[in-house]
Parts: sequence; structure tokens; C-alpha cells
Amino acid sequence: MATTKKKMVQWTPTDIKEELLKKYPPKVARKRAKQILINEANDNEAPEIVANVRTVPGIITMRGCTYAGCKGVILGPTRDLVNITHGPIGCGFYSWLTRRNQTDASAEGAENYMNYCFSTDMHDEDIIFGGEKKLEKAIQEAYDTFHPKSIAIFATCPVGLIGDDIHAVATKMREKFGDCNVFAFSCEGYKGVSQSAGHHIANNQIFKHVVGENDEEKAGEYKINLLGEYNIGGDGFEIDRVLKKCGITNIATFSGNSTYDQFASAHKADLNCVMCHRSINYVADMLETKFGIPWIKVNFIGAKATAKSLRKIAQYFGEKKLIDQVEAVIAEEMPSVEAVRDDVLPRTDGKTAMLFVGGSRAHHYQELFAEIGMSTLSAGYEFAHRDDYEGRQVIPNLKVDADSRNIEELEIEADPERYNPRKPEAELGKLEEAGFKFKHYDGLVTDMDKGTIIIDDLNQYEAEKLVEILKPDIFCAGIKEKFSIQKLGVPMKQLHSYDSGGPYAGFRGAKNFYKEIDRLVNSKIWGYMKAPWQENPELSATYVWE
Amino acid sequence: MLLRHTPKEITERDALVINPAKTCQPIGAMYAALGIHGCLPHSHGSQGCCAYHRSTLTRHYKEPISAATSSFTEGASVFGGQANLIQAINNIFSVYEPEVIAVHTTCLSETIGDDLKQITIKATKDGKIPEGKHVIGASTPSYVGSHVTGFSNMVKSMAMQAEKTGTKNGKVNVIPGWVEPSDMEEIKRLAALVGVDITLFPDTSGVLNGPLSGEYHMFPEGGTTMTELKSTGDAVGTLALGEWCSADAARWLDSTHKVPCKVLDMPFGLSATDRFIDALRIAAGVTVPDEVAHERGQLVDMMSDMHQYFYNKKVALVGDPDQLIAMTEFLVSIDMCPVHIVTGTPGKKFEKRIRELTADMPFEVNVKAAGDMFLLHQWIKNDPVDLIIGNTYCKYIARDEDIPFVRWGFPILDRVGHQYFPTVGYKGGLRLLEKILMALLDRKDRDDPEETFELVL
Repeated sequence: MATTKKKMVQWTPTDIKEELLKKYPPKVARKRAKQILINEANDNEAPEIVANVRTVPGIITMRGCTYAGCKGVILGPTRDLVNITHGPIGCGFYSWLTRRNQTDASAEGAENYMNYCFSTDMHDEDIIFGGEKKLEKAIQEAYDTFHPKSIAIFATCPVGLIGDDIHAVATKMREKFGDCNVFAFSCEGYKGVSQSAGHHIANNQIFKHVVGENDEEKAGEYKINLLGEYNIGGDGFEIDRVLKKCGITNIATFSGNSTYDQFASAHKADLNCVMCHRSINYVADMLETKFGIPWIKVNFIGAKATAKSLRKIAQYFGEKKLIDQVEAVIAEEMPSVEAVRDDVLPRTDGKTAMLFVGGSRAHHYQELFAEIGMSTLSAGYEFAHRDDYEGRQVIPNLKVDADSRNIEELEIEADPERYNPRKPEAELGKLEEAGFKFKHYDGLVTDMDKGTIIIDDLNQYEAEKLVEILKPDIFCAGIKEKFSIQKLGVPMKQLHSYDSGGPYAGFRGAKNFYKEIDRLVNSKIWGYMKAPWQENPELSATYVWE
Repeated sequence: MLLRHTPKEITERDALVINPAKTCQPIGAMYAALGIHGCLPHSHGSQGCCAYHRSTLTRHYKEPISAATSSFTEGASVFGGQANLIQAINNIFSVYEPEVIAVHTTCLSETIGDDLKQITIKATKDGKIPEGKHVIGASTPSYVGSHVTGFSNMVKSMAMQAEKTGTKNGKVNVIPGWVEPSDMEEIKRLAALVGVDITLFPDTSGVLNGPLSGEYHMFPEGGTTMTELKSTGDAVGTLALGEWCSADAARWLDSTHKVPCKVLDMPFGLSATDRFIDALRIAAGVTVPDEVAHERGQLVDMMSDMHQYFYNKKVALVGDPDQLIAMTEFLVSIDMCPVHIVTGTPGKKFEKRIRELTADMPFEVNVKAAGDMFLLHQWIKNDPVDLIIGNTYCKYIARDEDIPFVRWGFPILDRVGHQYFPTVGYKGGLRLLEKILMALLDRKDRDDPEETFELVL
């Protein structure tokens, strides 16, 4: 462990904010100032932060694009879809197997296209004369070779610019095949301001083209959907294990370890449980409006959070059998979690973390760190909106700017036949009276300590400054940030794809995470930064050689 | 099975690429630009391109990759990206203070017709480029060529910084092509050993294989300086290693500044390294010292010592044209048989060259430019091989087909070593042979029945 770290206690949050902004040209400083918040939250009231706005050109951002959010994040983990990227080769190549989404395709005859990359590899002649013909042919070739149940098309930047009508091509091919659902996503990289726009586009099209396609009854009790869980490092496997043990049936996960049929049957669930609020709350809302399924916010990151979420699900269904089983599972799982925690705690207690990731993870993981006595000095999201920071009550007041306006909002109505409120009004009211909250998310700000610094769309320069000033014991972000932070002698854990390892969700995941953080913050390696002659450069004596 | 849907039967595909053996131009331009000292690569497009390229290069090198983006939104895509780029240039010089910004375009900015040259002139006029600082640029539309083309285009832009003073500087320009930082270091070592003063560009050594010391420098000490690039016009000659990666830049220096050039293969393996050393000697008019012959002899020694394990072993290769040409020649020289060879980069002359190199081999050769790894896998299913050499994505084929696999090329996302240990030159040849032998002999030790399992191999 590095012994040379000194906390610069003389820095106040205001000083730090000033320092972060000092070097920027005035226009950039003004803009960034609104995205850097010194937390003064009290009594569930969060101060306002600016989020989901454009990144300043030239400022090295952590953000990606709409295509990455749509194809990479939401649709990437569905194993039996043939995902064709319509565009030059790069976008398909970079999103090929790079997100650590695990999937279980071990069943006899199971389809799994996740290890493949499909692209129309557009060339200059396709840009000049249009790429629709090539797309049509590519879909045909995919169909002839694989006979998949569904083919999804993803637009890249030039596709929108040259005006290829990918939806018309998809419709034509869907009608031609009859047994293969072909649909498309207009997820050009330049849309929106981050990958968040891609999540929204993905949600819309999946809802429009797949959800509700399969009306077969699904076996099992206490049916839920798990929304916004991507099975990175096997998180979804662990959550499914726990749910199964409790007797809860997971109809569909959006979208870790998922299949086409899960989406198609999602309307058969009786409760939607939202993990990553940012990426998937649109589907939760639409499922409620169209089919009458209520949604709640859950969090399976952290042992206590997992227990709390399970109890919340049990309370919703309200049956003693389930409530008892959930309590039995928690009682069975917790002792071994506590044992690992007790072992790790003396080595992690009092240490500090920074988290800059995602639209939920920077919030959820604070709970895991807290379980091992580590506090979060500073945090923020890469692509979240104000409601993820301040809570959903701000949604009616969100400003719709030009970048949000060009992302389609679906007009959803109650399904004339299949709309079915899962609980009578009175029962829902009773639950709410007992403190049960539907469609509720308080956001990150109120859960953070007073005086902490919350930063939206943190960039490389600010990250380096923050680490220099506050010297956290660990920094969490994504792959692009990993090594510049580690060069400073501070361990860095990726929270998008976890570097390696996992799961970190559920009970087993909590144990894994405690051990992983112990490994990182107490590693001997951080003490090897300087050679002996660098630590003591003065030559005070020499050997006398015989 | 990981690639369970890949059929043995090969059907014609001309619209759908499956499991590409290439990626797009901008990442090559970004990698090349990182080989300029004090340079911040800049991606003129939407921010996803930059994020993807940085992520891939970071995973390959396990090093920080700094690069900026014009962060196009829909508005910029409609009205043009000039305002974004000028704002980016201003912000970059204010905040990160590089010596150089190397801008490359993307499919987005090319499709809408942004003109880098004109935008740079405007930025200069507006006073956004501080005195003594530079903005260079390369046009790298993703829908033309491949990552190799993008690399070549940025290297050509580097050569275009050359200024001719009329006085020769006595140096030889060496353009190494898309090789690893360790390879660039090795080329410099070999040139110094031969006694030739070279200007290597680009040079990512010292940039992408840096130490961990508790300090972070966005612009490490390595890289070819702008001063060195300017003086390439005064060199006595240029050696371009690789037709696809390096020849354009060398030919430009030849035709514009009359710096004579020679295009060689990348110096992987015995013969290509021989030709490189020989060309260096001739260009600089020096005598090759015995140390070089000694290194060469060591490589020949290992080739001879272990020849029985190489002889007639079939190999499948996937990668980039310049690397594959040199590797094919090397494998053939030790009597291995590269039977399936695929590059995603287009160019019929690649296929021709491979056919020439493998003409005397006892087996039929499948070779394809603008091919993909799905096809390679199908070829392997039809005619199995003893070894696969290629990037990390090959591991899905290697596991499904249970074939030994040597990681070599780009990207390598699951192993380390390429940053630090070269595969160019004679020493690099030793490392390649060691890696090949490890893969083959580990497999032999795993598969040999107990009665023939041997201690000494």
C-alpha cells in the first residue's frame, strides 16, 4: 500500500470546484460550472444539476454514442438476435464482444449469435448511391445462412445522412420471410448527446416490435421482469439464482442473458423491477401504460440492497408464503456475506472512493463501498439525466432541448384486450400508505454526504485533478480512464465491465466485490512506484570494493 | 460451441460481412498520431468513434490513450462541423497544451463534406493555433479501405510536414508501418547497431509502453518530434516497411522532395530482416558489424534445432496485409505451410503476392483480401490446420476447433507482451518461433499418449 499519500485537508469543496474550472476558456468554464455540484442536499431535496447536455468539443469525454447505447448496451446481450450493423465496418467491429455480457446458451439447440459480428461494411459506392440494396441483400444472406427468428438492423452515422430507409427495408424483408421478425433502429451516433439516446431508441423499438408478441401463458408464481440488468460478469446469473431460490419467476431480463422470447413475453409479468433507471425506465413506463404492470425501483448491488429489494418484491405480492421464503433466503445467505465483510472491513474501513460511471452504477456501488466502511468523496454519471441525480419528481420540469426532441417519444395507449391492472386501486393505495413506493427513484444526490462533489460528464482533465487533490483510495470509471488514473498510483476499477471478475450483484456478488476492493486498495503494488535510488537520491556513502 | 452457427458449407456472400478481419480507418490514424511527440489525436466526428478507438487501443496496450473528439450532434451533422472543430482546437490548446493536434476525419464528417484543410486555415486565421504549435490532418473516411489505410494516410500527413532545406542531414527515414512500440524500439536498436542514423516515424515506443511510476504524463517522452518530421525532406533516403502501411508516405517524399525511397516488406522473420539490414547498409554506406550477423545466426540456429516440429505443419493466418506477407514468407522458410490466409483489407495484389510466396508449397492455398474470419473458419472446417496465428478474436475458432493458437497482430485484448517484446528483426524472429513452438509442443504434451510421452523434445 502506498504510504506517501497525504490527504490535502485544506481544500474545501468550493476550492476544488474552482481549481477544476480554472484552466478552461471562459465559455467552457461557465458550462462546466453548472455540471459540477457541491452537495448540499437535505431532507430529500436535491440541489439542481445540469445533465444530459452536449459535451464540449475538444474536451476529452468519457461518453460514447447513440449507436453504442442502442446496439452495444441494450441489444448486445440478447443471444438469439442476429444484429446487423448497417454502416462502415468500424462500429460493428468495436461493439463485438467487448462488453463482457455473459449468456447461458447451454440448452440443447439454443441459438447464440453473440459471438458473431454482422455488418454491411458500407463502401464509398454505397455512400454515394445509397445502401438500401446492400442492406436488403445482407439481410437475405443472414436469413439464408442462419434462419434466425429475428434480425435487428442498426444504423450508423452515414446511414441517416444519406437517407437510407432502414425501416422500409426491414418491413419488406419481414413480410417476405414470414417467419423472421426483421426490425430496425435509427441509432445514428450523432443523435442525442451520449449513449443515453441510444437506450431510449432501443427501448422504443423493442417495445414496438417485440414486446407482447407471445401471448402464451408462462409457468411459475410471482412473475416479474428485471429491467436494466445486463449480466456483466454474470450479475444476472446471480440475481436469477437468488430470485429462483425465493420462488420468484423472472419472465424477462432487459437485457442480460436474454432471448427474443423473453421480450416477447414480458407483458405476462405482474411486476417490473427496474435496476438501471436511466437505460430502461422508458420500457417500464410503457409496460405500465399498455398492459397495466406497475414498476418499482430495485437494486441488487450490495447485500443489504439485495435483501431490501427482495422484501420489496415480496411485499408487493403480499403473500405469506413468499414473504417467509424471502426471509429464509436472506437468513441463509447473509451469514457468509457477513463473514467475508468482517474479514475485509479492518483493511477497508475509512478508505475513500470516487465513482464516475453509467446512469445508475455510480449510485448503486456507493452502497457496496459503504458496506465495507468506505465513503464516496465524489461521484457522477457519464450519461444520466437530471432525474437520476435529483429524483423522478423533477421529470415534469425537465427542459426538452433540440438534442432530446429528435429522439422519438412513443404515444402508448392501454391495450384494448390485454390491459389488465395487476392490483385493484384500493390495494395499491394500501401499499402506498404502508410506505411502498411505485415509479419512484430518489436519485443519487440525496444518498451522498454533505460536501461531496457531484460531477456530470466528468472528463479526463477533471478526473486527473480530482485524484491529485483528493487522493482517493480507489477510482471507478471505464476502460478509457483506467490507466491514466493508475499511472498516478491510484487503483482503478472499471464499473462498466468490471475489468475481469464478477458477479458483483446479489449475495455472492457482494462477497466478490468486498474481496476485489480489498485486493485493489491494499495491493502491495502501489508501494513500488519508486526505485530505492529515487526515494533516496543523495549518495551518502559508497561501498569499498575489495 | 461458441461459433455454433458457422456451417462447413461455404456459400457466396457479397453484402454481409461476418466476423470482420479489419476495422475502420480512423483507429489507424489515431494509432499513427500517437507516434508523434506531444501529439493529441483528434477525431472529427461524433464522440462514439473516438470512444471506440480509445477503448480498443487501451485494451490492446493497457496504457492510457488520450484523444479528443469534435462531439458532433445532429445540428453539426446538418450544418457542418467547422464550428465544432475550431472550438475543439481552441479548447485542446488551452486545456491539454499539446505540441500538435493530429485531426482525422470519420465517415460522418466525410459524408457531409467537411474540408479539414479549409477549417485549419480558418482556425489559423482566427488565432486559435498558438505560435509554434501545429494542427495536421488526414482524410480517413471509414467507408474506404481499412484501419491499415487510415494508418497509412496519417503517416503520409506526417511525411507532408517535411521541409527541404537543400542540405542533406545524413539520416535515413525509416517508416516502420503498423507495428508495436516494442518493434519500433527494436528497429531503432538494429539501426544503431548497424551504425545508421535514422528518423523513425511514427514512433510509438515510449508512448504506449510506458512505466508505472506514480506520475501521469498525457504526453510522454516518446514519439517523433515535429522538428524530426520537418527534416525528413533532407534525408538521404527513405525505407518504407510495408507496401500498405508505409509506401505512400515514402513515395510522396520521393516525388516531392527527391528523397529516394525503397519499399520493403516488414522485417518479420529471417529473409525480410536480411533485406532490411542490407537496405539500411546500402542507404547509409556502412559495413554491418558482426553483432548483427551473430543475432542472425542465432535465429538460423533455432530454425535448424526445431525444424522437425515446423515441417509441413499447416497454418491458418489472419491479419493485415504487410504483416501477413512477411509472416507467410517466414513460415514458408521454415517449411511450415500457411494454407488459409485472410485479410479484411482490400487489395488484389495481396492475393497475388501470397500466391507467389507459397507457390512451391505442397498444399493448396486459400487466400483472400477483403475477406472475413467467418470464411477463414469455414476453410478451417473443410481443411483443418495445426496452428492459427492471428488476433484475439481467433480464440473462438481455436477453442471450437481445438487448434493451437498464437496471438499476433491487432487487436490483442486478452494477453500481454506485445508492448514489450518485439517480433521484428532476428530477436523478434526468435520470439515468434518460441511462441509457435510453445503452442505446438504444449499441444503435443497434452495429446501424446502416455506410452510415447517424452521428457526431451
